[in-house]
Amino acid sequence: MSHSAATVASNRRWEHFPHDADVGVRGFGATPAEAFEQAAQALTAVVTHAEIAAKVLVDVRCVAPDVELLFVEWLNAIIYEMAVRGMLFSRFVVRIEGTQLEGTLWGEPVDVSRHSPACEPKGATYTALKVAPDANGVWSAACIVDV
Amino acid sequence: MDPARFTRVDDTTWRIEPYGAMRVPAIIYADEDLIRNMDDKVYEQATNVAMLPGIVQASYAMPDAHWGYGFPIGGVAAFDPDNGGVVSAGGVGFDISCGVRTMLTGLTVSDVLPVQKSLADSLFRQIPAGVGSKGAITLDAFDMDAMLAGGACWALEHGWGDARDLERIEEQGRMVGAKPDCVSERAKERQRREMGTLGSGNHYLEIQAVAEIFDAKVAQVFGLRQDDIVVAIHCGSRGLGHQIGTEFLKEMVVAAEASGIALPDRELACAPINSEVGQRYLGAMRAAINCALANREILGHYARRIFGHFFPDHDLRLLFDVSHNTCKVEPHVVAGKRRDLFVHRKGATRAFGPGHESLPEALRAVGQPVLIGGSMGTGSHILVGEATGEQKAFSSACHGAGRALSRHAALKQWSGRKIMDDLAARGILIRSPSTRGVAEEAPGAYKDVDAVVIAAEHAGLARRVARLRPLICIKG
Repeated sequence: MSHSAATVASNRRWEHFPHDADVGVRGFGATPAEAFEQAAQALTAVVTHAEIAAKVLVDVRCVAPDVELLFVEWLNAIIYEMAVRGMLFSRFVVRIEGTQLEGTLWGEPVDVSRHSPACEPKGATYTALKVAPDANGVWSAACIVDV
Repeated sequence: MDPARFTRVDDTTWRIEPYGAMRVPAIIYADEDLIRNMDDKVYEQATNVAMLPGIVQASYAMPDAHWGYGFPIGGVAAFDPDNGGVVSAGGVGFDISCGVRTMLTGLTVSDVLPVQKSLADSLFRQIPAGVGSKGAITLDAFDMDAMLAGGACWALEHGWGDARDLERIEEQGRMVGAKPDCVSERAKERQRREMGTLGSGNHYLEIQAVAEIFDAKVAQVFGLRQDDIVVAIHCGSRGLGHQIGTEFLKEMVVAAEASGIALPDRELACAPINSEVGQRYLGAMRAAINCALANREILGHYARRIFGHFFPDHDLRLLFDVSHNTCKVEPHVVAGKRRDLFVHRKGATRAFGPGHESLPEALRAVGQPVLIGGSMGTGSHILVGEATGEQKAFSSACHGAGRALSRHAALKQWSGRKIMDDLAARGILIRSPSTRGVAEEAPGAYKDVDAVVIAAEHAGLARRVARLRPLICIKG
């Protein structure tokens, strides 16, 4: 995975970055919420590069003391829904108010032959965790995901 | 890493003297090449662990150490509860009690080669592996709690296993002190349909052949002969362990701050052992250990069933079952005094030497089997614990080859399909739902497992007994 595989629309894009054993996910956007949505795309791309139909909607809510811990909570909420529902998600909408997040995920049940899932995310970690704007005001949200 | 950053004690012992907030030194066991190729993050993470309250003797890293999260993978640290010692969810990790079991088959290479392909296909069809695979077992609330309290003993009671296995599993198959009521409903929900599944990533079921014997006397005690076939299973506590790790990591960041512990890295989230959160985590973490022990016992049962179909006159006997990601209370002698310590091993194997009281009688004279997973192409090793390991690193050794390249880099370099074809040409059959998963686990993405185990041997952690080569690998 590289920048070339990322989607680019305004500042919205995502990437993976290397870690010895696991994988880093990073999303970019005009706001923290956009960066969270893009990082969720990066999380899905850890599992599959195949197309995922946005057929089923799942709502999640997270609370955390600061925006970085909220980001880890967001990714962990997606990982949980992937695991218990046996689903993959391709579309994400995030609303953040203070220390609370409301997210909506759209996806479909895993189809092993079509999605060829490469690996299963176990949990988002606090390693390489950063949510911040750059000098141009573009937000990024990143951490290592254990796979 | 630059070797000049260390005090070199001997050829395989590299010491970081305490500085700043470090309470003890950090010690890495490795040869010079392994040190040079290790990520600088290992230095940083081993140093951070040395800053935690109540740490005893040193923060250790094994020869296969690589950049983890909080602790390095391959990190070992012991904490004294009577001296403010902590238990760390980050120090155990997400895949609680991930480990390896090796089963003896009584078969030789010549028995298996004629059916190698059909055996591979049968294992792949019948062992649930990878994302989206479904196990045959669904647990209700009662059975979930019974499993979390009973471990491999619970599996046995349900007809999945063999009573003779128990003495060959750490904690005799059942971790005492597990508290199912400390495990959240979300963690239990994540596990409801996951018993008897292999998982994905670096988890595998392999059929291996004994390729070389280094210590004939110990190999005989272990029941290993040249060209013998064994079954190796690498997996852990599945979704339940992942969820417990996730939840307590979050809670312990807050608990550490409330206890006045300055964390050098939030991923080292911890709580005093003698605290409500610390005790609750230990109850949940021990339940996850039981989940992993039950899961490997069930997968072992599935392997027995499949082998029984191909070889009705042969029986699979468990050599040993070890766990890699745990915190266990163990008596250790420190400064001439025997103390009960909370030993964290994160990507490291317990490696008791000869005479250890917890070993079954048949193994006690020689020491504990230490099962080292390598890569799909290079093979694995079986070592035996050394008496010197007790003083070196609380009786611990490496757990695998350790990654040399990230998944990201591996994907850029290799095609899964080509790896499968190349390995097939060498007589190694790979079965996996994902060719990309195979590329991420490419043999070239791992360090030289031979160099890692030789370094462990030179360091006095564990001694080589046999090298194994893969014939079949089922990857999740």
